[in-house]
Amino acid sequence: MATTGTSSTPRRTPGISAAAPPPRRVTDSSKNSSRAFNVVCGVVLGVFAVLWLIPSLWAIKTSLTPNSVSAVGAEEILRHGGLTLEPYANILRGGAIWDWYLASFFTAAVTTALTVVFASMSGYALSRLQFRGRGLVFVLMLAGIMIPSQVLVVPIFQMLDAVSLLNTYWAVILPQIPYVIAVFVFKQFFDGLPKELEESARIDGAGFWRIYRSIIMPLSKPVVSAMAILAFVNVWNNLLLPLFVVSNPELMTIPVGLATVQGSFGQRYSDIQASSILGALPLVILFLLFQRRIVEGVAGTGLKG
Amino acid sequence: MSAPTITQPGVAASQPLRKDRMRAGDTKPAWLFIAPFALFYVLFLIWPTIYMVVASFFNTSIVQEGFGSFAGFGNYQEMLTRPEFWSAMWHTLQFTIYTTPPLVVLAFLFAILANRVRRGQALFRLAFFVPFILPSAAIALIWNFIYTPASGLLAVVQGWFGVEAPSPVLGTPSIAMVGIAVTTVWWTIGFNFILYLAGLQDIPRELYEAAALDGATPWQQIRWITIPMLSRTTTLVVLLQIIASLKIFDQVYLMTGGGPGIATEVALGLITTSAFTDFRVGAASAASVLLFIVIVIIAVLRQLIDRAQERRA
Repeated sequence: MATTGTSSTPRRTPGISAAAPPPRRVTDSSKNSSRAFNVVCGVVLGVFAVLWLIPSLWAIKTSLTPNSVSAVGAEEILRHGGLTLEPYANILRGGAIWDWYLASFFTAAVTTALTVVFASMSGYALSRLQFRGRGLVFVLMLAGIMIPSQVLVVPIFQMLDAVSLLNTYWAVILPQIPYVIAVFVFKQFFDGLPKELEESARIDGAGFWRIYRSIIMPLSKPVVSAMAILAFVNVWNNLLLPLFVVSNPELMTIPVGLATVQGSFGQRYSDIQASSILGALPLVILFLLFQRRIVEGVAGTGLKG
Repeated sequence: MSAPTITQPGVAASQPLRKDRMRAGDTKPAWLFIAPFALFYVLFLIWPTIYMVVASFFNTSIVQEGFGSFAGFGNYQEMLTRPEFWSAMWHTLQFTIYTTPPLVVLAFLFAILANRVRRGQALFRLAFFVPFILPSAAIALIWNFIYTPASGLLAVVQGWFGVEAPSPVLGTPSIAMVGIAVTTVWWTIGFNFILYLAGLQDIPRELYEAAALDGATPWQQIRWITIPMLSRTTTLVVLLQIIASLKIFDQVYLMTGGGPGIATEVALGLITTSAFTDFRVGAASAASVLLFIVIVIIAVLRQLIDRAQERRA
């Protein structure tokens, strides 16, 4: 997800079943040496984990230090004991970040909703319906996974320009709807659902749409939420597309807005770090709420920018 | 194919007839189900690809309507002979070379260690995985600040270790890309970490138990069970890493803007600059097509390798 777009195939069958928590391994022989080894492992990993946390902690610490202190340098920040929320107040009062939040929430939410509905519909057709051209659709979709959408930013810009959609939320939303991998994730999940329920519904005269809506989708909450979260994070984090299709500051998403911060804030390092943290915060909250879904979704689909 | 075989209902075997009827009945709803996604798929993946290829043969400009005059292979010739193009390609490759080994080796190491430790799983996931889902722009602001020349955290830590007046990381042509690579490793390792953790779940525990009974040390178990059993994950991780590296844009744009000079300019940076700063869409399209081809070749390769491994498994 780091950047966006996709370049892989779903691997695990219902996509979402591989569990994240590691197994508790019971080694029955040479227990002591094994236990000692595990302790060493824990210590080494702990050191790395702390190392990995330092940049974030440093940003947090700086964001809680007055601008006048952080402007002097790192040693001054380390020595400074007090905490202040002033940088956050500066950013939140400044107002621009609210526009960015709105743009990011709106574009990410709308794109996610449309992607999940459209991709699951296609996945359902590919999983359950026999039709002419099915093989062709399948191959085209598979090819679509390999298309690097980032490389298409120039022609997409021109297309949006031609229909006067530049500098609208739609310029950010529409190109990100075809999240091809989601079709396959949905298809694989549907393939794993038992067919008996649908068959009895069909005998009762239910059409495909009713089966999709009232049988398939309610059974698919895990995959729907996993795909929704991944799509949301992807759109939220996309820099390349909104950077070029939106130039109006009021329509900037969080990444584009943050990209302007460095230049315009100068030496107000604390404000810069506070805006970085405020921009990242919604995703940290999302992670804390949906940890398992996110981790399983990433592991199950191999999605990467 | 299209002619229904109803003329001789008695003769046709019931099985194929039923199948045919089902097929005919499903076709219309099936296409209705596929249509909404297909519309966006064609509009924003297929059509731009065609447009890009066509534009690459014209002197297309962003400031004028239409494709402009025909250029033949002129744009390609220009790109392939421009030193900036090859330098951008080289920097893209350089970035790939700098980031792939640490991202694979460290993620593998972290996953193996995490798999052996009972406590602190939440901490490890928080430390290693959370950066991966954060926006590149937030990451860049944090690291640019760490890299601040003279007064930044890195310079101060270097000072503690006796490095006097360290060169500014992002301002020195020879090490700017290293700075971007370190940030990228920090930012994206969580993805590989999670893939390796998932791969570790798939290794049957009996293998370890049997090996332990035979007196294999933990190291021997890792060497002869874990590493071979994770080879499929490793292939996946490496190829995804290469594809992602070829598309690198965010970190460079946000941290160095391609500089100092053009020391860190990468392929997508060159493409967007050609199109949006120099207004030369034709030339940008030619470069896009070239990058597109390289990425698709590796993506196809990845699919083929994945298929082959699946068949063997």
